[in-house]
Amino acid sequence: MTREAYLHQIQGLRDDVVAMSSMVDKAIARSIEALRTQDIDLAREVKNADQEINAIRWRTEERALLVIATQAPMAGDLRTISAAIHIVTELERMGDHAAGNAKIVLETSNEPLLKPLVDLPRMSELARAMLTDSITAFINEDAAAARAIVKRDDAVDDLYNQIYRELLTFMMGDPTTINRATRLLWAAHNIERIADRVTNICERVVFAATGQIEEMGASNY
Amino acid sequence: MVASQVGTIGSAVESNKSTPTTESVYGTKAVITLDDLSVHYGSFLAVTDVTFNVPKNRITALIGPSGCGKSTVLRCVNRMNDLVATARVGGKILYHGVDINDRAVDPVEVRRRIGMVFQKPNPFPKSIYENVAWGVRINGIKTADMDNLVEQCLRQAALWDEVKDKLKQSGLALSGGQQQRLCIARAMAINPDVILMDEPASALDPISTLKIEDLMRELVKDYTIMIVTHNMQQAARVSDQTVFFSLNERRQGVLVEASPTRELFTNPRDQRTEDYITGRFG
Repeated sequence: MTREAYLHQIQGLRDDVVAMSSMVDKAIARSIEALRTQDIDLAREVKNADQEINAIRWRTEERALLVIATQAPMAGDLRTISAAIHIVTELERMGDHAAGNAKIVLETSNEPLLKPLVDLPRMSELARAMLTDSITAFINEDAAAARAIVKRDDAVDDLYNQIYRELLTFMMGDPTTINRATRLLWAAHNIERIADRVTNICERVVFAATGQIEEMGASNY
Repeated sequence: MVASQVGTIGSAVESNKSTPTTESVYGTKAVITLDDLSVHYGSFLAVTDVTFNVPKNRITALIGPSGCGKSTVLRCVNRMNDLVATARVGGKILYHGVDINDRAVDPVEVRRRIGMVFQKPNPFPKSIYENVAWGVRINGIKTADMDNLVEQCLRQAALWDEVKDKLKQSGLALSGGQQQRLCIARAMAINPDVILMDEPASALDPISTLKIEDLMRELVKDYTIMIVTHNMQQAARVSDQTVFFSLNERRQGVLVEASPTRELFTNPRDQRTEDYITGRFG
């Protein structure tokens, strides 16, 4: 096969995306665990680890630009590289959302949780599964799988609505809960945004696989 | 189509008869249509199944691996293959609706209207001025002001400023890039409709190459251009339509895909095209 080095570079970009998504998935999981258990140390680790996620984003983008500058990629390769650049940007933002949830733990640790967290971890599980599947779709250039993932965002949105109504009830019943309830709402919003960003990733997967740009699943928020 | 219905190629142009073909996606009508073109060299079928339109005032690039018939096809468009004893052309090449291979068509007239620039710059062993003027004279083109015509052509070829003070100097004394622009000026002097370029920049340095490419984008406002190039990035940079040729299992050149350039290089329709432009062929 000709252009071995070039193909190796393209594969390297895919590997970067996978590695970064794994780090982000871990950050999301740990931030929710920290929130659920009010674990300050864990929250601090998540917050600090976000720097590494940011660094990978820039490193991957730089690598992608180098391939473009030196190898003149075309067609499917060019679309894959374009998708990779956008995907790592979305992943970096997801990392920020996870770090945001860790920061909430640090800000509210002196107060008990309003109630044991059930829906928020459930939201997180759904969003993480969407993320994992979207990256798999990217690696496999599977547009159909990407389109199917977008539909699952509705379940995340439904849970967000549920959490919103529940926290509103808390705040209306007891104004002293406003601070904690508001921060939990922010945490839920962070997860809801993570799922939305997976939708953006899926759009890029479809583009990489088909060359067509399809707007999918606009957020309600 | 009989000879009496064809007339001369000149009268077809003057009557502004357009080629009756598939609707163009390029915003202009087709000037040339290649219809089921094939070329034999002796008993060997070198190129087959070639059908595509050449849109007016656009640049069409022919790309593909070595030996796939790109230059063969290009040379058919102005009947240069007539000069190859063993060449036999099948199918049709319609120029403004007229089959240029019809017996009633004068090949010299074809070559006047469809000019050619070659890979290796080949100015005449004459002065810069005479390189441009000579073709005008021998074609019997009347002009009241040859000096003005020569200047216009050299300006169009982006060469005037570099040679205006040395028009009597030999064309062979110019650099490679300048010689190629002189050849382009020479081709334009006889007022063609179409300019064919067979790897016009492959023998030039990178700066000269970019100058030729800039020149092409200027010339296409007044001319239709077809270019054969081995440089895919060049095809991507300058052309409006790209036609990809490849070799079939019998080692015959075939047309694989003709598409708008922006589509062919971002989302080609044929997997063979994708494999070639991404370097995965072979």
